[in-house]
Amino acid sequence: MPAVRGDGMRGLAVFISDIRNCKSKEAEIKRINKELANIRGKFKGDKTLDGYQKKKYVCKLLFIFLLGHDIDFGHMEAVNLLSSNKYSEKQIGYLFISVLVNTNSELIKLIIQSIKNDLASRNPIHVNLALQCIANIGSREMAEAFGNEIPKLLVSGDTMDVVKQSAALCLLRLFRTSQEIIPGGEWTSRIIHLLNDQHMGVVTAATSLIDALVKKNPDEYKGCVSLAVSRLSRIVTASYTDLQDYTYYFVPAPWLSVKLLRLLQNYTPPAEDPGVRGRLNECLETILNKAQEPPKSKKVQHSNAKNAVLFEAISLIIHNDSEPNLLVRACNQLGQFLSNRETNLRYLALESMCHLATSEFSHEAVKKHQEVVILSMKMEKDVSVRQQAVDLLYAMCDKSNAEEIVQEMLNYLETADYSIREEMVLKVAILAEKYATDYTWYVDVILNLIRIAGDYVSEEVWYRVIQIVINRDEVQGYAAKTVFEALQAPACHENMVKVGGYILGEFGNLIAGDHRSSPSVQFQLLHSKYHLCSPMTRALLLSTYIKFINLFPEIRTHVQEVFKQHSNLRSADAELQQRASEYLQLSIIASSDVLATVLEEMPAFPERESSILAVLKKKKPGRVPENEIKEGKSPTPVTNHNNETTNSNNAVSSDLLGLSTPPIAQPGNTGVLLDVLGDIYGGKPNNSTPTSTTSNMYNPKKFVCKNNGVLFENDLIQIGVKSEFRQNLGRLGLFYGNKTTMPLHNFVPSLLWSEDQSSKLSMQMKPVEPTLEAGAQIQQMLNAECIDYYTDAPSLVITFVYNNMPQKFTLKLPLTINKFFEPTEMNGESFFARWKNLGSTNQQRSQKIFKASTPMDLQAARTKIMGFGMQLLDGIDPNPDNFVCAGIIHMRALQVGCLLRLEPNRNAQMYRLTVRSSKEPVSVEVCDLLADQF
Amino acid sequence: MQFMLLFSRQGKLRLQKWYNAHPDKLKKKITRELITTILTRKPKMCSFLEWRDLKIVYKRYASLYFCCAIEQNDNELLTLEIIHRYVELLDKYFGSVCELDIIFNFEKAYFILDELLLGGEIQETSKKTVLKAIASQDLLQEDLNEK
Repeated sequence: MPAVRGDGMRGLAVFISDIRNCKSKEAEIKRINKELANIRGKFKGDKTLDGYQKKKYVCKLLFIFLLGHDIDFGHMEAVNLLSSNKYSEKQIGYLFISVLVNTNSELIKLIIQSIKNDLASRNPIHVNLALQCIANIGSREMAEAFGNEIPKLLVSGDTMDVVKQSAALCLLRLFRTSQEIIPGGEWTSRIIHLLNDQHMGVVTAATSLIDALVKKNPDEYKGCVSLAVSRLSRIVTASYTDLQDYTYYFVPAPWLSVKLLRLLQNYTPPAEDPGVRGRLNECLETILNKAQEPPKSKKVQHSNAKNAVLFEAISLIIHNDSEPNLLVRACNQLGQFLSNRETNLRYLALESMCHLATSEFSHEAVKKHQEVVILSMKMEKDVSVRQQAVDLLYAMCDKSNAEEIVQEMLNYLETADYSIREEMVLKVAILAEKYATDYTWYVDVILNLIRIAGDYVSEEVWYRVIQIVINRDEVQGYAAKTVFEALQAPACHENMVKVGGYILGEFGNLIAGDHRSSPSVQFQLLHSKYHLCSPMTRALLLSTYIKFINLFPEIRTHVQEVFKQHSNLRSADAELQQRASEYLQLSIIASSDVLATVLEEMPAFPERESSILAVLKKKKPGRVPENEIKEGKSPTPVTNHNNETTNSNNAVSSDLLGLSTPPIAQPGNTGVLLDVLGDIYGGKPNNSTPTSTTSNMYNPKKFVCKNNGVLFENDLIQIGVKSEFRQNLGRLGLFYGNKTTMPLHNFVPSLLWSEDQSSKLSMQMKPVEPTLEAGAQIQQMLNAECIDYYTDAPSLVITFVYNNMPQKFTLKLPLTINKFFEPTEMNGESFFARWKNLGSTNQQRSQKIFKASTPMDLQAARTKIMGFGMQLLDGIDPNPDNFVCAGIIHMRALQVGCLLRLEPNRNAQMYRLTVRSSKEPVSVEVCDLLADQF
Repeated sequence: MQFMLLFSRQGKLRLQKWYNAHPDKLKKKITRELITTILTRKPKMCSFLEWRDLKIVYKRYASLYFCCAIEQNDNELLTLEIIHRYVELLDKYFGSVCELDIIFNFEKAYFILDELLLGGEIQETSKKTVLKAIASQDLLQEDLNEK
């Protein structure tokens, strides 16, 4: 076969040589511009260009483009080449179009016409060229134009095998662009039966297609399971000579084997057919057995192909998670790989073992390898392998080995790569919390974390230690003592100051008996750090100081002195200045009783899943987590210790301490004007809230997934809402804050909700005073009862007169049907059983496929879904990216169970949302509400 | 597979194949980022790395790096063998392939790749079959040239 064909384009070769001979980037650009001008001239002027010349110039343009330059012409000439009767010209035309396709181009019609002609050609080479082009472009237009044609090609008896292969993959590509192009009905079985095709190439290509179709509609394609198992069984029992050219380095059909094994990972093990299940287990056993056989070749290709099949088989074993024997065998096999000399195998073994560690059957078996894994973490030369070792240690950790693993991770952290430190910190923090039997150990671990890797300790981590200390009496004295000691280090990390400040402010009294940590020593120690800290930490320290006034009346004057210093211009930061002056006033005006109430010890936080875990969960290692706490951006600059509000806030708060950047200790305060100290300032307008700069703000959509926050805000008024729901009842607190310096008259909130609708969702609202004084805030309670299912949500109409100008706003209330959800926990089996049941008729399900309106962030999606009210069920969907949820909507008349599945497709930036329930209108409404969130 | 890149030890891109549509700007950014990342890795290091939400599988053959981006649950080892099969095909077609062959006959390199992979999935794993397909294309070409 000639290396360069007789037909080689000389002009092109010369041009490429010229470019290669260019001594500098400038020279290259000059040469390219010259060529571009030349080609442009030819295309414009010379009408007599023959096919060969066009091909040559188009090819040159392509080359220039591939060098990284922009090409904005030549498309028309390339399209002309498509209809050339010389194959080589046609081929170059297609290549150009595939690489430089411009979907908006008007040329697309011409391109589609040419493709149509070639698809109809009797020459399979032409047909394949057309199919390749469709697949390369893969746009929506292509799907529309050829969505009918290609399925026919795929299953027709007349189609040649080579064409079938291309048609299968071409269809797959178009399916990824537009899911609706695959016909259902009888096509399903014809497509599934391609698994039985004689030709291995056809089966390989078809398996990829079926895998994608199954992901969309597992029930419809269920029939593929037994066919796939049979096919797999034939391959694994074949000798390497049986499959001729489909044997790759003595491994029979590795690609097809891997694809079949992956296809089977879309299903739970075939329980209803013990025969199929038995055959599958035999296959998996055979694959494990083969791994023990001596290699048939020393070539790395042989071992790669063989192990590729093995790893895929192990993935299936883990996915099925039902055969203890296979799981343990898989674990032993991977254990051998941990000390293999191939880095690739060590990497994959660590990764795969991570999944094994989560199975109850193999967890213990994985733990046997702990020492080797610790060595890998310390000794591997490649950071990506070390990272896998860290992940595995995290996964294999349980009560029995937690202390050891945490200690090893802490040791390693001192020298760990910067790129993995933050994640390691999260992992250590989670493990220490999860497996702490003795919380003094937990406190020590976290303080060590801050000492060793303070910069990488995110807010979530230090918030969490505070939560835990507050909730556990037995550790408070120890925590106070330990932070006090840690703070004595000459250079201590700012995060240490934060934790120390907070904990001493709450529990400093527990160590005040010791003269070495007397009140004034504690205060001086903290205050010696004050000037080195950021405003946020300083703000926190000021709150600690006011708490000291309550805890230690004897240092009151001393503390007041400090407040005075910072309540004036010496504090450049307005927030600090204000805090200092408000605290000062509080300490002067309030009686000791009031002080004791306001500054009482923080109430316990509701027990809930660690939010650090939420950060780490769902996220493959390697990337630094975003700061989760994005809400509550408009803090009130005051410690909110009104017990009643604190408690109710806690109950619904979804973020950690409920604090975001500068503020401290305002659990759950999501920006409502709730300035408990407002009264101290008497008639003075409360213009100090940082929110006053916000202009008109109203986004009802976000309240579908959250219960509290600022519903509306403009220059005149801020309307906050807090809501609680129980069963079919809901209670909303509406807070109206007048932001101006004038009273708002004729202030009337009313409800907009039709009579008919009111029979489904009834509401009562207490009236409010008709005048809202300047700077004041009033509260209005609204009770709601869900009687029957409804759609949409009621509106609140606010009218008032400001400065003689009538004002009117209509706002949607956060009273959508999803608010009456009760989350329901269930396991995978019962979920899918119900899912199947509910899906039997179209009346019960609702589905939407839509483009992501914002860049896909699964973590953010997760937060939204959790706020939506249903129970998020982790780990039951085979695809870890998918979200499945269950919940019951409570109404007076009835209860409606609801299941939901959200499937993000990152490639296409699309979501598919399916909701199933016993009532169609409910499915539709729930689907609409949630779809609108992404 | 999401995309495949071939680049030289000097960081020059020799071939790029994208199986998902991206704007040119993004493609250039991704390419630059990956070339730098991979060229700084040492020979004994693992051939796989996590990158954004994808996995990168790469291997060096003489002066050329072959680099593929696959999804999280795709099979890494077999991706290495897709690369190897492609190298074998180029080698057979050009007769002991070198970087220059791919530079001067880049269009051929694309045609061969299109026979091996379609839409990012393996289409034909048999070396013989792929070579036969390419040969019949060449034949078709020469027939027509003679006319």
